[in-house]
Amino acid sequence: MAMTMSQKILAAHAGLDSVRAGQLITADLDVVLGNDITSPVAIREYKKAGAGKVFDPNKICLVMDHFVPNKDIKSAQQCKCCRDFAAAEGVRFFDVGEMGIEHALLPEKGIVTAGDLVIGADSHTCTYGALGAFSTGVGSTDMAYGMAKGKAWFKVPAAIKVELKGSFRPHVSGKDLILHLIGLIGVDGALYRSLEFCGNVAALSIDDRFTVCNMAIEAGAKNGIFPVDDITRDYLKGRSQRAPKAYEADPDAEYERTVEIDLSALKPTVAKPHLPENTVTVDEIGDIKIDQVVIGSCTNGHISDLRAAAEVLKGRKVHKGVRAIVIPATNEIYLEALRLGYVETFIEAGAVVSTPTCGPCLGGYMGILAEGERCVATTNRNFVGRMGHVSSEIYLASPYVAACSAVLGKIGTL
Amino acid sequence: MKLQGKVHTFGDNVDTDVIIPARYLNIASAEELSTHCMEDIDAQFTKKVKAGDIICAGENFGCGSSREHAPLSIKTCGVTCVVAKSFARIFYRNAINIGLPILECPAAVDEAQAGDVLQVDLDTGSIENVTRGKRYSTAPFPPEIQKIIAAGGLLKTL
Repeated sequence: MAMTMSQKILAAHAGLDSVRAGQLITADLDVVLGNDITSPVAIREYKKAGAGKVFDPNKICLVMDHFVPNKDIKSAQQCKCCRDFAAAEGVRFFDVGEMGIEHALLPEKGIVTAGDLVIGADSHTCTYGALGAFSTGVGSTDMAYGMAKGKAWFKVPAAIKVELKGSFRPHVSGKDLILHLIGLIGVDGALYRSLEFCGNVAALSIDDRFTVCNMAIEAGAKNGIFPVDDITRDYLKGRSQRAPKAYEADPDAEYERTVEIDLSALKPTVAKPHLPENTVTVDEIGDIKIDQVVIGSCTNGHISDLRAAAEVLKGRKVHKGVRAIVIPATNEIYLEALRLGYVETFIEAGAVVSTPTCGPCLGGYMGILAEGERCVATTNRNFVGRMGHVSSEIYLASPYVAACSAVLGKIGTL
Repeated sequence: MKLQGKVHTFGDNVDTDVIIPARYLNIASAEELSTHCMEDIDAQFTKKVKAGDIICAGENFGCGSSREHAPLSIKTCGVTCVVAKSFARIFYRNAINIGLPILECPAAVDEAQAGDVLQVDLDTGSIENVTRGKRYSTAPFPPEIQKIIAAGGLLKTL
């Protein structure tokens, strides 16, 4: 039976010759991930269930990234819970100094690779589809079960094909593509389905692909996935801790619908409050003054994102009255940004540079918004109250648009 | 199992950030989390909700973050069932995994108003709006999922 890329990975991990959309399967996991928010709940349930030793300590990763370095006593207690569990079970543990935002860190360390089946107790686990893996977000109970058994239940997703044509124009990136796609199909446009990208994928760098797959969930998708090509292989080379395996969709695989996108027709795009589907191109947005800019997150905290922002901010100043916060996604990215002079550029421009954290993206800390304040963020969600006060507003955009907006004091490009 | 309770209504795309805002995600206690349930979409919700009540919501309920704190806070504040037009997939599996009954039924949601009394039969998937004298049916869960629900959650099947 003809299968999509996602279906092939699921079938292989379920020990089945083929699977069909809608089928319920139990499959073996290559990586089980949790963070400092979701792991404590999983650990508590795991202990309550008397699950014993974990199935394979090497396949379990706990990454402290949401509220670290800890913002308060309760957050510190949560990290302590994870730290104690990691020490007792010998699972992979990434603490302050070696951590990064989980979805940037796991690929960087080569912990996930092409062909993997990954679950993570974090909705943006879908990021690793950029590497040709099937990865999806789950909750803490799935994580606990996964840690015990090395398995999870899945409903095999039907698929939407996203056929890419052409290449990006200058200052247009993966963020504009995924915002455009979500605007086109809606926040539930891919509900329960996989988003399978194909066509001229060579036009997208690996960082662009991470950004695109990262936000698949914002269209309701179970996962987003790119085929494995030379760009993937270059990234994985010398990095993958296990041998990558490339799966290809069958030519006659079934797709519920096909969405064609001409990359050369895309313009810098912004999602207005309070849903990622509320997209407009930046030239249509009008006069919207801002109080804060956040450049970072699992969506756009990669080195190419920092480069895009640094190129704008070099020799310029952040507009008076705007607070610009830059957050490299991992320590390695931070160090590279430092060596390349980006950190100096940011600080000279009047921005602040934070150590890696999810922080403001989910309204944790390090940039919480007051009543009625507006922020342009390279993050992934602009829900009500997501970054602070319920009446605050988030406009989602690329690092280029965010950096330009920081200089202008309003949403726009230079 | 039959459930009966008063309806609280919500619209489309209720995300897990408004169900339980991230400022409370440093709390692990379900009881404490439940005191903030729905706070950013209906500040009075925790004062109004009574044990046995039922939530009726629109499309894509529970979208966004995978935080299990969301279904957990709903369950712990006394809500026995969520009926929605559709659910975001992570919320859907989280609810099943922790034993919070959920049903997809657009017609029941369209015709339900806050304060109506709803009766839900989880074995047959039938819903009755007692206040309006209307009945609805939903597709039962597949056997694999029913097993998880019957066990009282995924970890009970270990």
